[in-house]
Amino acid sequence: MHASATAKSPPRIVLSGQALQKSFGGVRAVSGMSLTLREGSITGLIGPNGAGKSTLFHLLSGVIRPDSGRVELFGDNITALPTHERAQRGMVRSFQLAREFGPLTVLENLLLAPQNQCGERLLPLFFGPAKVRAEQEGLYRRAVEVLALSRLTALRNEYAANLSGGQKKLLELGRALMTDCPVILLDEPGAGVNPALMGLLTEMIRRLNAEYGKTFLIIEHDMDFIARLCDPVIVMTEGRHLMEASFDEIRRDPAVIEAYLGRAAAHV
Amino acid sequence: MLAYFVAMATYAGFFMILAQGLNLQWGMTGMVNFGVAGFYALGAYSGAILSTRIGIAPELAIALAGVAAGVAGLVVSLLTMRLREDYFAIVTLGFGEIVRLFALNEDWLTEGPRGLRIPARPFDFGLSNAVYSLVYLGVVALVVLVIYAICERIRSGPYGRTLRAIREDDVVAGVLGKNVLRFRVQAFVLGSVFMGVAGALFAHYIQNISPDTFMPMIAIFIWMSVIVGGYGNNKGLLLGAGIVIFILEGSRFLGDFTSIVTSQQLSSIRIILIGIILMAVLRFRPRGLIPEPKFMSEFEKTS
Repeated sequence: MHASATAKSPPRIVLSGQALQKSFGGVRAVSGMSLTLREGSITGLIGPNGAGKSTLFHLLSGVIRPDSGRVELFGDNITALPTHERAQRGMVRSFQLAREFGPLTVLENLLLAPQNQCGERLLPLFFGPAKVRAEQEGLYRRAVEVLALSRLTALRNEYAANLSGGQKKLLELGRALMTDCPVILLDEPGAGVNPALMGLLTEMIRRLNAEYGKTFLIIEHDMDFIARLCDPVIVMTEGRHLMEASFDEIRRDPAVIEAYLGRAAAHV
Repeated sequence: MLAYFVAMATYAGFFMILAQGLNLQWGMTGMVNFGVAGFYALGAYSGAILSTRIGIAPELAIALAGVAAGVAGLVVSLLTMRLREDYFAIVTLGFGEIVRLFALNEDWLTEGPRGLRIPARPFDFGLSNAVYSLVYLGVVALVVLVIYAICERIRSGPYGRTLRAIREDDVVAGVLGKNVLRFRVQAFVLGSVFMGVAGALFAHYIQNISPDTFMPMIAIFIWMSVIVGGYGNNKGLLLGAGIVIFILEGSRFLGDFTSIVTSQQLSSIRIILIGIILMAVLRFRPRGLIPEPKFMSEFEKTS
């Protein structure tokens, strides 16, 4: 195959949701939503409040199960898998409100994230202490790098509960990095983050994408953030896929403006 | 007098083992087990039945009692682990009562309310009673230390770190790839094994057990030990269990110094005292007298 031909073919799909459906009582939070996430992209997911974005994240990550529809990760059907198996297959997520392990230190929050540590099994814990120690030393070195990347080095022995809102978001991102998952879903990483830390957070996501090859799907309401970071952007409204395009196309699209501001605004 | 202190210390040992089991389940992993008395009773009765009715060496019977309680812990946890925390607590309380009521009503096996006599003495080398009680205290102390070492290794290692993460937020732990169910079941079973061993040690010490020994009140005392001592800290638990036994037993002597209260009133005062201490600790030291220690990486200094 020619180099030019491979360059033109789009990167493979790492994550897809197909015709996902979820109702709570009589309310349809997600109704027939489909999306694809391509390898190496930073894909934005926007939509008005109540569009079903967070519920969609729950369905993709397995925190709740869809009423119908299908989720595929690297081409495998993972719809029925529990959350931890999805993580072991390479997908991790954050939550809208930072959910750090408060009474654990920042360093511990990072060290516990890597998967299938031999020290997490009872037999090696008691009968292979040298192996456990060597593994933990390796993880410590990685955590030191991640601490530097997220500028949390000085706070590493602080309880995670004592971090500011923005620092908690950085910690969650660092924790996601420590899991080694290639696919990272972020639910409003910018919510409650002050402007200075926002710059750092944006920079960190960009570096994880460029240098570590991470693929991102990001829910965010801060349109500057979306404009700077995300391509493509998926618009969701009333539980459905509205459109997917670059941010520039999206912000000029009358259907998007209508979804956000109502019909009147679209015709001004 | 010395004999009394030895007995008190031995009782403290049983409570310390139970407290370490509960700490593994609740203090580390966040599983509310109100059925401590049930696992204690199950260990006591299975140990006693194995050594007296089946004739197994009492030392082996004590170990097998731990296995029996562990199997019960496995069944209880697998059946109920998907329940919400408060419902899980209710089920464990129910389990404790089932064990007690079974022992009360199944005379053919347990002698029911008359009590089961256990003539078999473990670790007996033809010693006098006074020396034997010291030997028994030594054996109990050794078991406490071994379990302490196991619990410390778990607490300070990656395993304990993941247990504490599950305690704080099981959804996030799952999202990070931790098999929450596996960790919970393992921690619950291991804690149950400890409780079973404590029960069998108790049965062979007291040599006569009846169902009313295993009222749910036992669970309250063990919870007290863990809360007062400091959940998540194994040293704190030993202190907590010691304090609870000291109050329960030591306050008996108050009667010798005062004639204001009758002995009946005194036994109620002990329970009140325990309640007051619990409230004071929760008010002024909510994380216990010796709280969970902060993690410091062993690799910090070297790098």
